[in-house]
Formats: sequence, C-alpha cells, structure tokens
Amino acid sequence: MGDLIDKLIFLGIAAGSLLVIALLHVAYLTYAERKIIGRMQQRLGPNRVGPRGLLQPIADMVKLLTKEDLVPYGVDKPVFYIAPFISLVCAGTGVALIPIWKKFVLSNINVGILFILALSSLSAYGVILSGWASNSRYALLGGLRASAQVISYEIAMSLALLSVVLMAGSLNLMDIVKAQINSPYKIYLIPQIIAFYVFIISAIAECNRVPFDLPEAETELVAGYFVEYSAMRFAIFYLAEYFGMVVMSALAVTCFLGGWIGPFEIPYIPFFWFLIKLYIILFIYIWVRATLPRYRYDQLMGLGWKVLIPVAIINLFLTAVLKLIF
Amino acid sequence: MGSYFNLFFFALLLLVLGILLVALNLILGPRREHSEKLIPYECGLDPSGDARIPFRIRFYLIAVIFLVFDVEIIFLYPWAVIFEELSWFGLIEISVFVVMLLIAYIYAWSEGALKWE
Repeated sequence: MGDLIDKLIFLGIAAGSLLVIALLHVAYLTYAERKIIGRMQQRLGPNRVGPRGLLQPIADMVKLLTKEDLVPYGVDKPVFYIAPFISLVCAGTGVALIPIWKKFVLSNINVGILFILALSSLSAYGVILSGWASNSRYALLGGLRASAQVISYEIAMSLALLSVVLMAGSLNLMDIVKAQINSPYKIYLIPQIIAFYVFIISAIAECNRVPFDLPEAETELVAGYFVEYSAMRFAIFYLAEYFGMVVMSALAVTCFLGGWIGPFEIPYIPFFWFLIKLYIILFIYIWVRATLPRYRYDQLMGLGWKVLIPVAIINLFLTAVLKLIF
Repeated sequence: MGSYFNLFFFALLLLVLGILLVALNLILGPRREHSEKLIPYECGLDPSGDARIPFRIRFYLIAVIFLVFDVEIIFLYPWAVIFEELSWFGLIEISVFVVMLLIAYIYAWSEGALKWE
C-alpha cells in the first residue's frame, strides 16, 4: 500500500511538472508569435508589460480571468459548456506521450502514434460541437469548415506517419527515436523528406493555422466556431489551439528529427536538443503565418485530396520497395 | 502503475485545470445582465430565423470518403509494423488492397466528389 502511494505521489509530481512546463511553452508561444510577427512586419510587438513585454502572457491571462462570462440565448447549453473542454483535453493529452528524453516519457504506450492521431481526430468534435451549439451562423459555418478540413488532412498526415512507422517497425514513439539513432541516417528527415513535407503541411492545417485558417477567417467569419464564447471559455479554445501546435511540433521532432539526440552532449541539460528542434519547428509555424496569404476553400480541399494524399501514398510504397531491396 | 493510467491521469489533470480556470473566471468576472448582450453576434444586425441553416451536401460527401480512407489507413498500420517479417509477400498483398481503393478514389475524383466550386 505504501508502495502504491509512493508511486502515485511520484506520478503526480511528474505529470504536474510536465503540465506546468507545457503550459509555460504554450503561454510564451503566444508571446513569441506576437513578437516575431511584429518584427517581421516592422513593428515592435508587445513591449509594455515587464521587460521587453515578457510578462504579457500573464497579463493576458489575468485580464481574461476578470472578464464577464456570456452565454448567448438560444445556445444548446450542455454542449456549449462541454465543447471547450473536449478541445483542450484532446489537444493537450498528446504531451504525455512524447519522449522528451531517453529516460523521461510520462506514458510509454505501445501505440503512441495511433493514440496521438486518434486524439487529433477527436479534437474535431470540440470544434463541430461548439459550432453547432452556439446558435450563430458564423459559428456553424466555421465549425463545418473546420471539421471537413481536419478530417481531410488527417488522412495525409496518417499516411506520412505510416512511412516512418514502416521504417522503424514500431508504433511506440520511444522505439521510433531509438530506431532513428541506430539507422545509418541518424534522423528520418533525410530518407523521409517527402513525408516530412506532407506532415508539416497537414499539421499546419490540423491546427487551423494560416494559410489554412479558413475556419476562423477573421474577414468573413469573424472568429469562426468560437465567435460566441467569451472570457475563460474563449481562452480555453485559444489554449487548445496552441497546445495542438506544441504537440504537432513535438511529434515532428520525435518522428523526423531524432527526438533528444544532438551532435554532441550538453551536460546537465538533457532536454536541450529536443527543445532546440521544437523551437525551430514552432518558428516555422510562425514564419509561415507571417509570410503566406490565406487559401481559398476549394484550393484547400484540392491540395489535401488531390496532391498530398497521392504524394503520401507514392512515398509510402517507394519506401517499402526501397527497404526491401536494400 | 500502467502507462495508460499515467496517460489518463494527465488527461484528467488537463480537464481539472480547464474547469478550475472557468470556475475562477465565474468567481472573478463581473455580471452585468443586459438582454442586448445575449443576442448572437451578426455584425450588429439582429439575427433573423434559426441559425442552424441547411448546409452543403459536399461536407457529408467528404465525410463519407474520409471514412473509407481512414479504415484503409487503420488496416495499413499493422502491416507497416510487421513489414520486415512479411517481406515481398506482404507488399504484394497490401498493393492489391491499396490498388482496389485507388480505383474507388479515381472513380470518386472523376465523378467530381472532390471538386469544390
């Protein structure tokens, strides 16, 4: 019994600290995004709260906590209340599955990749339910667009990850990183550059980011599916979106960039290379947002169904044949 | 303590965090009731009729095609894991399976199911 309690306490500390670190990343990702886009557009970005605006995310949080929580009339109340939590849990749980270091992964399950894909599919529910429950036309259209987009790019993304699974011969994320280290290439980015390209594009679409931000297109749908949400419920959708970005980037680092390994060991900071790679991918997200205009909806569906899926299937079979020959 | 237990513990922690934040917001946030504030937002115009309007059949069609492809991919995952053992035999078997689906895919494409005008 005492043993069990010890384990529970240990789990509580590990899970709690992982959650706090993930939340810090999410909070400062919003800050980094505003700052970097500001610089790219020759503005300063946030610079009033704290030195260089570093306390901006905390100030935003406090502001959102003290706002009025509005529930418009005509909404489907239970669904309206539940939807943000579905989004948050589905977007954030993936963090627990990512092997951050060879000795640290909170939940080392055998079907890690499948679980993350399942979670990202489920997050479509949060979007479509909030769109349907809001009793607003903008929200309904945003929710429909988002769900069609998420399921379309889900296929391309699973196919891209399938090539990685085929090379590693395992669905366990830890085994995939180890297989990469033991392979002659060290990281799967080199042989699987096409899969990486497909994965990054679909990951951007899955997170509803520019240039695929049709669900929340400000100029036509105001904010899309969460237009009727206010205060903390709105913030939870926001949190879920950035959590999704962090998890997708971490998955890209794990599956394509070799996880925790680096060219040389950094003493005392075992997570160093993982974090550096994570920040590079997150920077690409922000860079893309600052650079590209929004797609049209037919172009978006065309890219997903007519370009990415055939490319991913061809890459998969190419990988299989090459692996058998060599 | 299984790995799945850790996973669900983390999911529960996230849920608790979300509920705590909303609860804190309900305590700290002001409450100034006003009937105008509760109207669904439509750029300042009063909304007319029900917001749950009929939507395009295309969305449904995309969902049906997605279902077929998703089941296909679920079948491909076990094959990818034991690819080494199955070798050429597995590759040919799965090729037949994928080619059959590709025919359906090309048919759907030529019928205009993927077109969005």
